[in-house]
Amino acid sequence: MLQGNVFGIIFSNMHDDLIGELTQVRTTGSIPFGGRYRFIDFHLSNFVNSGITEVGVITKMNYQSLMDHLGSGREWDLDRKNGGLYIIPPFTHMGASLYRGRIEALSGVLPLVRRSKAGYIVMADCNVLYNVDLTGLVESHIASGADITAAYSRQSVNSHGRWNGMTFSLAHDSRITDVVIGGSDGGEVNSAINLFVMNKSFFLSMVETHLSRSQYSFKRDVLQARRDELRIYGYPIEDYCVEIDSLRGYYDANMQLLDRSVRDQLFKRETPVYTKVRDEAPARYGLEASVENSLIAEGCIIEGEVRDSVLFRGVRVGRGAKVVGSILMQGTVVGEGADLGYVVADKDVHFSEGRLLRGYEAYPMYITKGSHV
Amino acid sequence: MSGRKEWIAMLLAGGQGSRLAPLTKMVAKPAVPFGGRYRIIDFTLSNCVNSGLDTVGVLTQYQPHVLNEYIGNGQPWDLDRMRGGVHVLPPYERQGGGGFYAGTANAIYQNIGFIERYDPEYVVILSGDHIYKMNYAKMLEAHKRQKADCTIAVIEVPMEEASRFGIMNINPDGTIYEFEEKPAHPKSNLASMGIYIFGWEKLRSYLIADELNPSSHRDFGKDIIPAMLAAGETMLAYRFEGYWRDVGTIDTLWEANMDLLNPKVPLDLYEDDWKIYARSPVMPPHYIAPGSHVQHSIVGEGCTVEGDVDFSVLFSGVTVEKGAVVRDSIVMPGSVIRKGALVQYAIIAENVEVGEQVSIGVRPEDCPDKDSWGVTVLADGVHIAPGCTIGARQRIEADVGQPAGQEV
Repeated sequence: MLQGNVFGIIFSNMHDDLIGELTQVRTTGSIPFGGRYRFIDFHLSNFVNSGITEVGVITKMNYQSLMDHLGSGREWDLDRKNGGLYIIPPFTHMGASLYRGRIEALSGVLPLVRRSKAGYIVMADCNVLYNVDLTGLVESHIASGADITAAYSRQSVNSHGRWNGMTFSLAHDSRITDVVIGGSDGGEVNSAINLFVMNKSFFLSMVETHLSRSQYSFKRDVLQARRDELRIYGYPIEDYCVEIDSLRGYYDANMQLLDRSVRDQLFKRETPVYTKVRDEAPARYGLEASVENSLIAEGCIIEGEVRDSVLFRGVRVGRGAKVVGSILMQGTVVGEGADLGYVVADKDVHFSEGRLLRGYEAYPMYITKGSHV
Repeated sequence: MSGRKEWIAMLLAGGQGSRLAPLTKMVAKPAVPFGGRYRIIDFTLSNCVNSGLDTVGVLTQYQPHVLNEYIGNGQPWDLDRMRGGVHVLPPYERQGGGGFYAGTANAIYQNIGFIERYDPEYVVILSGDHIYKMNYAKMLEAHKRQKADCTIAVIEVPMEEASRFGIMNINPDGTIYEFEEKPAHPKSNLASMGIYIFGWEKLRSYLIADELNPSSHRDFGKDIIPAMLAAGETMLAYRFEGYWRDVGTIDTLWEANMDLLNPKVPLDLYEDDWKIYARSPVMPPHYIAPGSHVQHSIVGEGCTVEGDVDFSVLFSGVTVEKGAVVRDSIVMPGSVIRKGALVQYAIIAENVEVGEQVSIGVRPEDCPDKDSWGVTVLADGVHIAPGCTIGARQRIEADVGQPAGQEV
């Protein structure tokens, strides 16, 4: 446990552009996932479960849903007198624009970090999901004496697919010798999971140095440009990690939860994933309900057929309706006799009786929040 | 003390609940799980906060640990307040007396000091063992309108069942002229729900007088209400219409759970404007595996169902393995029903393990002697070894057969 010695930073808006459909009305951090969670829940829970109880969440835009979700941080036990949760909206001067990169975004958090008693900084992005105790990562950072330790996961990359990720080449002592952004040839790679550790003093001087030179990209201006000068080490994460960089990736990541081993790795009993409590009644199944291979959240009322799907809290599936291979977010109503295949319905979508909608597994059909179909 | 409250509630949660044994072996009755997600006390606490009551004293004395931890700071019910909120009130020693609560009236008497910190005009007395949704604010309105000294909530029960209840006989204006506890020949079918509103000054004087009476049972129904009636106080019956169930016995607990599966029963847990709050388990959504059948049931968070579940209530974190069948039953948090087991007409308490190919409970139509039929109960934490059979109306409090996974 890292009690009291680490300041956690979460970037809630990084990668908003990659999943544009889902971030129209929210931050990447507040994208719903797995029936009852938001992306950011995994990171807050990782921090808290690892003893990191001083956490700054950096926001940029569309952060209303995020603020609503986080509240005082009580659900993560982060409503503290010492430390706890800080939400850091963009601090812009008159006429200045929103932040232009990770380093500029960090300028808002500097006063908090300076004041903190923590000796180390852990930074996480919301678009990679994992349930990992961060103690090993921080201890490895301390032991190696690195300036920056970057966590990575071994992933196989499909050379046909779009690849936005960052990959590392490592020396035998785990020192990072090369940093490539995008453009992989495929095969097994050391994929960055956008999780970094730094000493507080290094972190403060790094941010200040680059800000004064108008260098705003942490990846390009620090990891790539200074890889020989700085001691940047890699740290492997062996547990399940999923990076979500497209609607298709989002769909696949949800569907992977139907696999027991994925669920067991993402929802560990000893390190639970905390989220906002909604006070819904438990799910109810009607007389004619038929459900197989699906994840069903509380508050659902199911009277029809559901297969290979993820249903968020408070979804209603009417009599004779059929839902296959779909993700239905909170409050979706599927009218009697409606037939949905490979649909991603954002919150509060209403499918009228008998509607037939069909996407493809490789190209699920996305329905915007609050639509009436 | 500054900041007086117009009304506060005192919730009687000290009963042993012996008729719910063995479910109440380790927990007080109000802490018994109900409805796939709740504990019995959630209904009363939620009614309080939904009615605008923000100060609730919970009187406990029997097996209070689970209940104390569950209530905690009251946050799940929005009862974590700077002033007021929920307070657990166990019995305590003090100069010149104190000690265990001798009865419902004595429990309130011993906490006069707590009540006076809020200097309330009215005190609501509630019990923590009923399932219902009720707006106490409407009852308080009636109490004020009729300038009553005491208002008692009543509900119409079938006449043939009236002799099981405390029955109120009332005048046309709703005032009570007689109270009969479990009368052999009831004159009305208006049963007391155990919900009282008193003017605090009035109640306090009766509580103090009752303490001086050596032959008193220190009980609201037996002593305080009759004394107030005898003295000619204005006693009002407040009619409640809607769903209300006493869950004081295994049979009524089982029936009230099954009521949640019946769309005709007027207790809607899915409406937004009168939510029933509970302390939530931290679990992912539940998973229903290929080949399983779940119908006409309630399933909580974190369950894994690979078998068949029919007419049942599964609480959070329950596992039903492949080939297992759960019918007409209630399975409480964390219990596991292993492969091929059959559970019928049973209440399985928390963290129970039902081994492979075990059979528990009997359908009424399969029971040769109808009088010996009943719901079977497995107490908290018991293990039933593979292949065992447990019949109807059993109360299992210890492991049966070899502990699962242990070789002879």
